[in-house]
Amino acid sequence: MSGDYAITARGLTRRFGTVIAVDHVDLAISRATIYGFLGPNGSGKSTTIRMLCGLLTPSEGEAEVLGHRIPGEAEAIKRKIGYMTQRFSLYEDLTVRENLEFMADVYSLPRRSARQRIGQLLDKYNLADRERQRAGTLSGGQKQRLALAAVTVHEPELLFLDEPTSAVDPQSRRDFWESLFELCDKGTTILVSTHYMDEAERCHGLAILDRGRVVADGAPQELERRIDASVVEMETGDSRTVRRLLTDLPGVLSVTQLGMRLRVLLDRSVADPLALIRTGLIGQRLQFDARLTHPNLEDVFVAATQGRYLKAQA
Amino acid sequence: MKGLLRLFAILRKEVRQLRRDRLTFGMIVGIPLLQITLFGFAINTDVRHLSAGVADHANTQFSRILAADAQASQVVDITRRVETPEQLETLLRRGEISVGIFIPSDFGQRLARRDRPAAQLMIDGSDPLILAAARQLTGMSLRYDTAPRQTTEVPLFEIRNYYNPERRSAVNIVPGLMGVILTMTMVLFTAVAIVRERERGNLELLINTPVRNLELMVGKIIPYVIIGLIQVSLILLLGVLLFHVPIQGRMIDIYLAALVFIAANLTMGLVISTLARTQFQAMQTTFFFFLPSILISGFMFPFDGMPRAAQYIAELLPLTHFVRLIRGIMLRGAELSELLSEMWALMAFMLITLGVAMLRFKKRLD
Repeated sequence: MSGDYAITARGLTRRFGTVIAVDHVDLAISRATIYGFLGPNGSGKSTTIRMLCGLLTPSEGEAEVLGHRIPGEAEAIKRKIGYMTQRFSLYEDLTVRENLEFMADVYSLPRRSARQRIGQLLDKYNLADRERQRAGTLSGGQKQRLALAAVTVHEPELLFLDEPTSAVDPQSRRDFWESLFELCDKGTTILVSTHYMDEAERCHGLAILDRGRVVADGAPQELERRIDASVVEMETGDSRTVRRLLTDLPGVLSVTQLGMRLRVLLDRSVADPLALIRTGLIGQRLQFDARLTHPNLEDVFVAATQGRYLKAQA
Repeated sequence: MKGLLRLFAILRKEVRQLRRDRLTFGMIVGIPLLQITLFGFAINTDVRHLSAGVADHANTQFSRILAADAQASQVVDITRRVETPEQLETLLRRGEISVGIFIPSDFGQRLARRDRPAAQLMIDGSDPLILAAARQLTGMSLRYDTAPRQTTEVPLFEIRNYYNPERRSAVNIVPGLMGVILTMTMVLFTAVAIVRERERGNLELLINTPVRNLELMVGKIIPYVIIGLIQVSLILLLGVLLFHVPIQGRMIDIYLAALVFIAANLTMGLVISTLARTQFQAMQTTFFFFLPSILISGFMFPFDGMPRAAQYIAELLPLTHFVRLIRGIMLRGAELSELLSEMWALMAFMLITLGVAMLRFKKRLD
């Protein structure tokens, strides 16, 4: 079963004392794709990634990574994977080049090809003019590019990236994702965790995690299609009052404020969402304009974390 | 008023943090408890029971009384009986005895004539405390001899002060100090080594690479071995130039002993590194190891003066063995081959601590 999949997991569970950090997670991640873990802090993203690279022993369940059983054969996969930690984990008191040389040696790259590879990486990640600079003095974006260069020095088949863009500006994020697609095109499987919707949207496949459970998974577009809710976008002058009134209505799942606009998620069972809203606001003498719209990933996320999401038909 | 409130805010926060740092909390109680009980008993400048050897050429009733009286004085414990004064010198050099009692064949006549000392005390004078203790024997009188002694009388023993005829304490202190300095720096270097990587987040990256435990441990130790050897050279140089400490033994022996001792301390540091969660804890634990090393290793107070229990504990500390090695080689000109048991002890300590460090260090986060 591992032929087409880089990662499969069944019932993967991890407890810390009485806290269940990861709760029976099933995964099937195809090779040469970018797969995202979307979820708030504490939803079990990092713990799942750490179990998959063999850093944490699962309390229950099993996984297969690149054809090796986890946790039993954890050492065997170390050569084939790269793991970029949430926190910058290279040596701040070494220079850019020294860090890359260290990683190349740790992965036992022969001298000649190591030098060549490091040159390539310095060019590719725009670090050539910084190679003698200490890593600790780099900017957030540069550190992140160096970290990616360091974990790909041995050209791994599988990359784990734990919230790689949480400390960088939007431009760096876009560039970073360009690099990820480039790696993916060359056959690398990438598992990336994030709490940014726009990043999640770029993934080929996605699992939404909430309190340790996978509450939805599939391709982003598919997830948006399968959402078990309707979405109404409203414009109003008194969004705070409208929001308060709508939240109390039966069938309304959530109301999110976006500047002057409100995004209202309603249960599918509500036959005419617009009518429900109008009725709910009657007699308040409020100016508003409401229309049905397509759900986006954030809606999926909100719905899924409230259990309002249709699982794919098996 | 507001100032007081802020002060209390800080105070309360501090207490809360302290309570959660179990190791530090343990140290608050552990350091006084252990150190006071251990050293209160162990530190004893009134040295008794120095191990002694006897070479009795007279072999008469009186010579046996002399030996028995020396034993009864509790200043010495006669542990060895040999044939010749040369054998006593060998035992002294090997550090197996601190005092040699040589009773010549004309002991009886000497006693009767009283124009010169009747017997000879051969003392390892490298430690002035041992020298002072052993000298108490010179005031001894034989049991048969009940007549009051005249002050001008010739003493019973002639004293031969070996290894430190000028009775300078630097001679004794400097070699031991080498061990103390190495213990402090070497243990601390590696104690913080892994903790620092953990604190800075490097470790999470590192354990996800193919690096093996042994590679990580040995790779961390080797640079410090070289630093340790540089320190040894510096201490030797200063000892000779500033304090004119003699180097009786061979240089190669000094460096070999230092090498094994350095390695033993570094592996001890690694064990601490796997126990401590923060660099601060690592430093505390190092100190916890360092203090007994200084006090009961024989560096500061003679080993023979300590109670049995303290001696057993001291045998577990690398510094105890190194102090014996380095004093033997530097001051008494002993060869390494004469002190092999100390070398084995250091090597055993190193292998055990390295094993413990490797077992405790998992390439895991749980």
